[in-house]
Amino acid sequence: MLSELLRRPRAAFGLVIIVAMVLCAIFAPWIMPQDPFEQSFDGLDLMGGPLPPGGEYLLGTDLLGRDLASRLILGTRTSLTIGVLANGVAVMLGAAVGITAGYFGGWTAAILMRFTDLMMAFPALLLAIVLAAIFQPSLLIVALVIAMVNWVQMSRVIYTETRSLVERDFIQVQRSIGSNPIRILIKHLLPHLLSSIIVFGTLGISTTVLLEATLSFLGVGVQPPMPSWGNIIFENQTYFSTAPWLVFFPGLLIVLLALAFNLVGDALRDILDPTLKGRHG
Amino acid sequence: MTGYLIRRLFESALILLGITFVTFVLLYLVPADPARQIAGRAATAATVANIRDQLGLNDPLFIQYFRYLSNLFQGDLGRSYMQRAEVSSLIASRLPASLLLMVSAIVTELIIGLTIGIVAALRRNKPVDHTLMIFSFISISAPQFVIGILLLYVFAVQLGWFPIGGYGTFAHLVLPSITLGLLGAGWYSRMMRSSMIEVLGQDFVRTARAKGLSKLRIIIRHVMPNAILPIIAMIGIDIGLFMSGIVVVESVFGWPGIGQLAWQAIQRVDIPVIMGVTMVSATAIVLGNLLADLVTPLIDPRIKTK
Repeated sequence: MLSELLRRPRAAFGLVIIVAMVLCAIFAPWIMPQDPFEQSFDGLDLMGGPLPPGGEYLLGTDLLGRDLASRLILGTRTSLTIGVLANGVAVMLGAAVGITAGYFGGWTAAILMRFTDLMMAFPALLLAIVLAAIFQPSLLIVALVIAMVNWVQMSRVIYTETRSLVERDFIQVQRSIGSNPIRILIKHLLPHLLSSIIVFGTLGISTTVLLEATLSFLGVGVQPPMPSWGNIIFENQTYFSTAPWLVFFPGLLIVLLALAFNLVGDALRDILDPTLKGRHG
Repeated sequence: MTGYLIRRLFESALILLGITFVTFVLLYLVPADPARQIAGRAATAATVANIRDQLGLNDPLFIQYFRYLSNLFQGDLGRSYMQRAEVSSLIASRLPASLLLMVSAIVTELIIGLTIGIVAALRRNKPVDHTLMIFSFISISAPQFVIGILLLYVFAVQLGWFPIGGYGTFAHLVLPSITLGLLGAGWYSRMMRSSMIEVLGQDFVRTARAKGLSKLRIIIRHVMPNAILPIIAMIGIDIGLFMSGIVVVESVFGWPGIGQLAWQAIQRVDIPVIMGVTMVSATAIVLGNLLADLVTPLIDPRIKTK
């Protein structure tokens, strides 16, 4: 699978970005050029404004004179942690709901799927903002809030697939000889659903990263001084006309990370199951 | 068809009822005390208690919920805690601006998305196709606040072509529409591309070619109408994306619509307004999905309505 991914230029590009960002996140403390929390006078110009990129501060400084490059590197950790955590919860929850509804059908399916209809009709961002306002946002809470908003799509995909698998002979046989449902779910259904889970799980990280950035940009996501790419833009947005680098660099990183997961997810879809078609067509 | 329509309308009404319940429970859990917010910091505990009593905040959750529901059925969304106004009139005064922005964003995303999709399909696997598809990948990977701020920086601050946010003229509308429409443009370009490729491979196109029709005529008269149809049905589903998008886009551009209203209400814990906007958005989303489901069988009779 890896070699197939690397043979596709777009997917290979995405993989390189992902690997680079993961390395950045792991080794952040060692590669940050400065202390990301230190508000230094050297980091401000004579008028008290942020310094542009170049010189001692590679990518310039923010409004408080903190080194932007270091904050961005530490922000990689925030984005990836939330991306993987939130998406992991969303995938597990979505798959569990989808498989349960698909396998048992009847009332179970009716109740669970009407509930997903309800979740689909919620304006996702409003729901996330309200949830974030209820709980004091910490890294874990932000991740859980995003997961609560994002599990629905996965559950629908898995539900549809499970429904058609359940009709097939090999599952009917297992059912008729009275196998334990849990055993059927894990041993016979899950392997067939794995490719969808991988594809939508990968694409989902991109959605998660974007939602985290947006929540942090609105000030209800990751809280400063802990840097996240979204809250760096939130803190500095009023000065974007005089200090555009404070929006440009974090913005670029958000786009790159979301793009990377979209490219890899899209290629995985082609490789694993050419018949799979989402909204992507 | 009529039976299907009635069933879908009934389901939609149930979903909306479910949404009132979930939203109500969620907002009940918000720790901030609305009475304290209204009274201000300096108010005595007695004043706050008095306000709580007046608003009925001391009643059990289910009594508050049923009071809310019975008001809702009479078209009463309640009064704002923070502004001296009915929620329904606040929303009504903000709705035209949001509708204008959304309609303009739909036009923008269709123009950009369909053009890119058509060109990419006709130049399939050529450099033009690859470049356009990378563009569409980027447009679905870029958060709207980043696009918005960068467009403002380049076209308003640096070039001075458009005003820096605000509302009123056509010039004010351009950048917010592009920001809101770019995400959809990315999806539409990819759908249009695959839809075009599918239609291009069908027998009637081969027949048209064999009859000696010009390539342009085949594409405009035979391929495009068939390729666009399945995409039209998606516009209804877009409303969900827009309802999230306007919160961000309106706050970046200072656009006085319901997205901005919702955002201000959330910051001030103005619960009746949050409820109101959520209900209006959810209704729009449900109607959009319903519309998509009803339009699809009309466009393509092979899709049966159960």
